[in-house]
Amino acid sequence: MSESLIEESILSRPTYGTLAIAPGLAHYFVADASGAECVIRVAEAAPRDFMEKVHILYVPTPGENALITALYALGAKRFEHFPTIDDAVARLGDWLSDARMGSQLYLAGTETLIGKAVAAAEECGLDHSAVQCEHRGSLARRVQCVHCKTMIEKVTTQPVKCPSCDLLLLVRDHYSRRLAAFQGVCINAEDPTEDIEIREVFK
Amino acid sequence: MSASDHLIPVVVSKVVEVNSIIKRFEFKHVDGDELPAFSGGAHIVVEMLDGPTKRKNAYSLMSSPFERGQYAISVRRDDDGRGGSKFMHEKVEAGMKMKISPPVNLFALDLRAKKHLMIAGGIGITPFIAQMTQATELGVPFELHYAARSASQAAYMDSLQDRFGDQVSCYCDDAGGGPDLVGLLSDQPLGTHVYVCGPRGMIEAVVQTATGLGWPAAHIHFEHFLSPPVGQAFSVHLAKAGIDITVGPEQSLLEAIEASGTPVNCLCRGGACGQCETKVVSCEGDIAHNDHWLDDEQRASKQFIMPCVSRFRGERLELDL
Repeated sequence: MSESLIEESILSRPTYGTLAIAPGLAHYFVADASGAECVIRVAEAAPRDFMEKVHILYVPTPGENALITALYALGAKRFEHFPTIDDAVARLGDWLSDARMGSQLYLAGTETLIGKAVAAAEECGLDHSAVQCEHRGSLARRVQCVHCKTMIEKVTTQPVKCPSCDLLLLVRDHYSRRLAAFQGVCINAEDPTEDIEIREVFK
Repeated sequence: MSASDHLIPVVVSKVVEVNSIIKRFEFKHVDGDELPAFSGGAHIVVEMLDGPTKRKNAYSLMSSPFERGQYAISVRRDDDGRGGSKFMHEKVEAGMKMKISPPVNLFALDLRAKKHLMIAGGIGITPFIAQMTQATELGVPFELHYAARSASQAAYMDSLQDRFGDQVSCYCDDAGGGPDLVGLLSDQPLGTHVYVCGPRGMIEAVVQTATGLGWPAAHIHFEHFLSPPVGQAFSVHLAKAGIDITVGPEQSLLEAIEASGTPVNCLCRGGACGQCETKVVSCEGDIAHNDHWLDDEQRASKQFIMPCVSRFRGERLELDL
């Protein structure tokens, strides 16, 4: 999969880097199918004893097995895979609640995976400087409707209709690290009859 | 503007000889008023009028942050220093009136911490005594590791173990040495913050060990006040004031500037906080940078000086004051 194509925007819109090994006693990786290659790249370039300190959580795409096999073959101390991001992030919370200072977290994949894992890690007391993120895959956004607070997953269009309150939402670059979501605000509040074209922009 | 512009008149309410090198001083407001609130890790600046010499030294508050009727500090006697601690030990008695600055905290507990790990060396114990009282009240787990040269010099060691039980571990150089830093820093729950106060070598060892193990910088806190070093007398020209001043051998540049009545920012008076950073207009000679504030590039440029701890040797130094 190609590298991330996120454009520069306002300060709150997250930007991501490239995973690289940091000093640490334990290294936690969370990836989805689009980010698996990043985990493999880091592991293959790592010093020999590195994998003994590595814990990997993986969210495959349904029916896909090749990457599971490849990640398993890296020989991490722990490797588990889960069908959904939420399940994997919940497991990350279990792991981090027993973790020690000197832990590093590496996240690779879509923004939803990255955002949810960052929020869970912060809750466990992991400093943001111990978290590295590499974006891969879809630019689909997790959006919170600011009016009814509904979370809308995998938003690819601008604007997007809130499935709960039916308002037409402008998806802003304003991002909440706590909620791991972008802000969606009614785009035609002055004139609800205004006709606005819905285009697919977050691919 | 500096904290010491608004000094508080106090009376020395008690002087206690803790051991052969450390005395505790307690202060109350001269009018019996409540003293300003502070948090664990805060320090005050004590003004000492020793004949014609005015000294100002910073000392950490060790009394309870929840007790505003009085403040307590502990002073370690340093016979090779500029005379501040010697003055406190020899001249200050109960009933004496003095002036202190309001408290300032450059070494506060990070209240987001899930646990506080405190490492003290020698007289560096004092800020932790206030912090442990605060952490206990807040109900946040903490651990203190306190190293001293010998049991006889380890101020408050027994009373801290009585008060805080097995949350306090003590080490003496004459009985096995200090804590195993790698072991200690490798086994702390996520969300722990480490705080260290003590000799320079101890601070460096803790910061380097923690960083090497992967601790984020934001979780590592340290405080190291320097005493202004003694040295040869030198002259300085203050460009805005248009005057020349002389800094005596046991005086700091900051004290000499203050004595001339020229306004200058300052806070910690120990090379740590950065408030007194001053621009150098011209410098023919060498600045002895003794602070923890300026980086190597700033030092090499000879365009900045921290008057609280740094000195000068050479032909001419002109400051933007």
